[in-house]
This record gives sequence, C-alpha cells and structure tokens, in this order.
Amino acid sequence: MSAALHRIDTLAPRAEASGTHIAIAGLTKTYKTRGGSVPSLKPIDLNISKGEFVAIVGPSGCGKSTLLKLVAGLLPATTGTITIGGVKVTQPPDGVGMVFQSPVLLPWRTVRDNVLLQVEMRGRPVAAYREAAARLLHTAGLDGFEERFPWELSGGMQQRAAICRALVHDPEVLLMDEPFGALDAMTREKMNAELQRIWYETRKTVLLITHSIPEAVFLADRVVVMSSRPGSIEAVYDIDLPRPRDLSVMGEGRFVRYTQEIRKHFFAQGDLDH
Amino acid sequence: MTDTLLVQSTRANVLSKLMSMDAIRPLILVAVILVGWDLAVRLLRIPPYLIPAPTLVIEQVIAQWPMLLRETMPTLTATLGGFALSALVGIPLAMLIASSKTVESYLYPLLVFSQSVPKIAVAPLFVVWFGFGVLPKIISAFLLGVFPVVVSTVLAFKSVDKEMIDLARSMRAGGLRTFIRIRLPHALPGIFSGLKVAITLAVVGAVVGEFVGSNSGIGYVLQVANGNFDLPLMFAALFVLSMMGVILFMALDAIEHFLIPWHASRRPDPNSGT
Repeated sequence: MSAALHRIDTLAPRAEASGTHIAIAGLTKTYKTRGGSVPSLKPIDLNISKGEFVAIVGPSGCGKSTLLKLVAGLLPATTGTITIGGVKVTQPPDGVGMVFQSPVLLPWRTVRDNVLLQVEMRGRPVAAYREAAARLLHTAGLDGFEERFPWELSGGMQQRAAICRALVHDPEVLLMDEPFGALDAMTREKMNAELQRIWYETRKTVLLITHSIPEAVFLADRVVVMSSRPGSIEAVYDIDLPRPRDLSVMGEGRFVRYTQEIRKHFFAQGDLDH
Repeated sequence: MTDTLLVQSTRANVLSKLMSMDAIRPLILVAVILVGWDLAVRLLRIPPYLIPAPTLVIEQVIAQWPMLLRETMPTLTATLGGFALSALVGIPLAMLIASSKTVESYLYPLLVFSQSVPKIAVAPLFVVWFGFGVLPKIISAFLLGVFPVVVSTVLAFKSVDKEMIDLARSMRAGGLRTFIRIRLPHALPGIFSGLKVAITLAVVGAVVGEFVGSNSGIGYVLQVANGNFDLPLMFAALFVLSMMGVILFMALDAIEHFLIPWHASRRPDPNSGT
C-alpha cells in the first residue's frame, strides 16, 4: 500500500536505544475449566520501550484484557515471562498504575480521597502526595470537584479521576484496560485528546487495551493487532504521526490509511466488534 | 409587587409543603387510620371487648403510663441485649461464611435449619434452662435477630466488585488494608439493612420470651390484659411496644445516616422540585 505505512513483521523492539521497559517473552495463558483447558493466549512476544505508548487492538475475547492482567501481575502466566524494568512479574509490581474498564471509584470517598487511595493502599505517607493529587486533578480539569463524591460526576469525569488515581504515585508504567469503552463517542474523543496531553507531559510507558482502531492510532506510537481464540499477535504497526497530535489529525490521509490497514485484519478474521 | 405575589403564593403553598414533609406524612396516615377506626367502632357498634375505640386506648395509655413505662424497661433491656448479641455474633459469623466456601457449606444449612425451628415452641425450654430472669428473653430476641443479620451481611461481603479487589491488588494492598478500606465500607449498607430487620424482630423475640415465663415486661402486661379481656389495656401495651420498635428503628436509621452518608438511598432526589 502507501509507502507511509511501515508494517513491522519482526516483533523486535523498535527503539532498543531508549531501553526495553516491559519485556514479554513466550507468554501463554490457559484457563482450566470443567470442560478441559482453554487456551486464551498463544505465545506472545512483545517488547515495549521506556516512555513508549503501545495500544493493543483486537476483537472481543481475543485475550487482550487477559494480557493486560498478566502484565499487571493480577493473573499468573501459564508459561513464559514478563519483566518490567528487568524485574520478573510474579505479583502486582510497584511502579505500575492501572485504569480499569469502569472507573471503580469508591462511592464513600471524595474524588480527592479516591485519588489518594492509591497511596494509602500502598502504605505510603498520604500527606506527601496531596500536592501531586491536586496537580493531577488540575491537569485532568477536575478543579472544584475535589470534594465531590463520584456519583456527582459524569462518566467522563469519573474516568479522568481514575486516571489521576493511576498516576498519583508517579508510576513508570500505566496500564489501561479499555478505559473509555463505556463512554459515548463525543466524550471518548475528548478523553483521547486529554490522555494524549497527559501522556505527553508525563512520558510514562503506556500499554492501552482498546477495541477502537481510531483511538489506538490516535494515541499510540505502536499499534499491536491481536487475532482471536487463542489470542496472538497478528501484526504491529508503527504510527508515524507527529506529536503532539490533536483531534483534527483523525481527518488526515495518513491517519485514515492506518485505520483502514488495521481494520482489514478484522475483516479478514470475519468478526469486528464496534 | 413581586414581593406581595411571592408572599401570597407562599401562603397558598404552606399546606401542600406541610403535606410533603417526610416527617408529617406518616402522622397524616396515622390520623386517617384513627378517624377511620373510631368511625367504624361507632357506626358498626363494635363492643369494646372486641375492638376498643381509639379514645379508650388513648385514655388507657395516659392512665397506665407509669406502669407501662416501668414494664417497658425489662422488654427494652431484653431487646437491646438480644440485638447486641445478634450483631456481635451475626456479623463475625457472616464474615466467616463469606470468606470461605468450606465454612459456608458447613454453617449455612445448619443456620437455615435452626431458623426453621419455631422459636415460640422452644421458648419454654429456655425457661427450664435459664430460669425466669432476663437471660431467656435475651436469647429469644437473639435467635430471632441473628438470622437477618447473617443473611444480609454474607450477601454484602460477597457482592464486592471483582474490579474493586483487582484495584486493591494492583495497589499491592494486603488483606487487612483491603478489608478496612474496601470490603467493610462496601458491606456497611447491607449490614445495616440486616440490623434494621433484626431490631424489629428482637422486639418480637423479647415479647415471646416474656410470654412463656415472666412476671414483668410488656409481654407480661399483654398476657395479663388478654386474660382479663382488658382490650383497651392490651391495645395500649401494643401501642407502647410499637413505639419502642419505631424509636429503636429510627435510632438505628440515624446511626446509619451518620456512618453511610454516601449511600445511593441517601442522595438527594433529582426529581424533587427543590
């Protein structure tokens, strides 16, 4: 197709110079059910560099959420290894912040206390992180809502608060599991723009799971396409679009070509959700 | 001009505002029932030994007030004792059941079985075992109160979102922190709904205990009044008993309001016109 599209068939890390941050090698996951063992992930190999934004797209049930839970140390791997910063993941690692499909805010805590929950649960001194929490809430446009309760916020604001919570302890890695899946299309685009801005300011290593191809292309340095049952990596795309990106980039020719190229994988598989 | 209009409309609204006050509504209903009761007794010429007129009951409440108040004390003691025991035994027992499938399979069927035994049938047994003191009444109140506490609390602790627990794990929180900061506050509304059922049942249990072996308490007054065909006194005793139940329930409601101001049932009604 277009020369601007650069498909990488080898799964080697793109920029070894900046250092591999997350290394996934030979990772498989098999669920044991009453009907026998169900393979969820075929061997996955993926390296993510420090400060890189990687998005994983795939159809429903391709195991992309399972992959994220494995990286987060919430599930044990069947075979293979994951290392973050050279340390093997056997339990939830320290320098990681997680955003879930739903905001999962505690209804009995104010927005600020929900953000600070991250610090409390880790047994760190809360007072030392108040400033960081205030700064993040300001960045996320939640000024004036610090003392409100989650149910007083819109869905988009709740998810922004959840992102603040994932970042308040200044983790090196941000893991996001379809964080905007429950939002309407307009709010979602706005959230994409904001997440991009937050990432641009903080330069965390980000692994984002999504089933929205435009979202993946808009946000990521690399888009990993997964095929379904059992999940495996089908292709990896380098997204060569200048940063910072704003939402108008979605109308540009290069952007559209990326999304078309990625979408072909799903048409070939015969199932595309959303 | 606008001021006078405002005053007029305010006056016109006083009645409808009074009608819509939450505290007034049940009183209005009580008044309607009393008037209906009085009319029915007068028009249908029901003799006082079948159903006494409300005026007769009110007279009796006033005349016998010191005695009724005195006899309320043992009933109140037994109720509160039984209720406290229900909470102290029921909540930890429920936590144990909710935490382990093995414990659940041992305990739950036995609990249901014990609940199916009619308390009124075994109450005389408590007199044989524990004498005529306050203890058998407390046990009777406890036996009625503990079951709703256990059932509600088990459900409350089991209904914690999987994502909330994943969140806690991703924050590397230990079991105790997760319990104190997530599981317990999450379960509080459920625990309180069990406690509220328990307090009203504890009143019933205390009276049942007094029926079978006592020479004091509202249950005893009821027995004596019933034996003498003194229906006004019986209704007066029932009135005092019900008021005790209502006051205890409201006290518990106030504690709940204080502890769980965040719960969905406490949020301002978005449809109310204020």
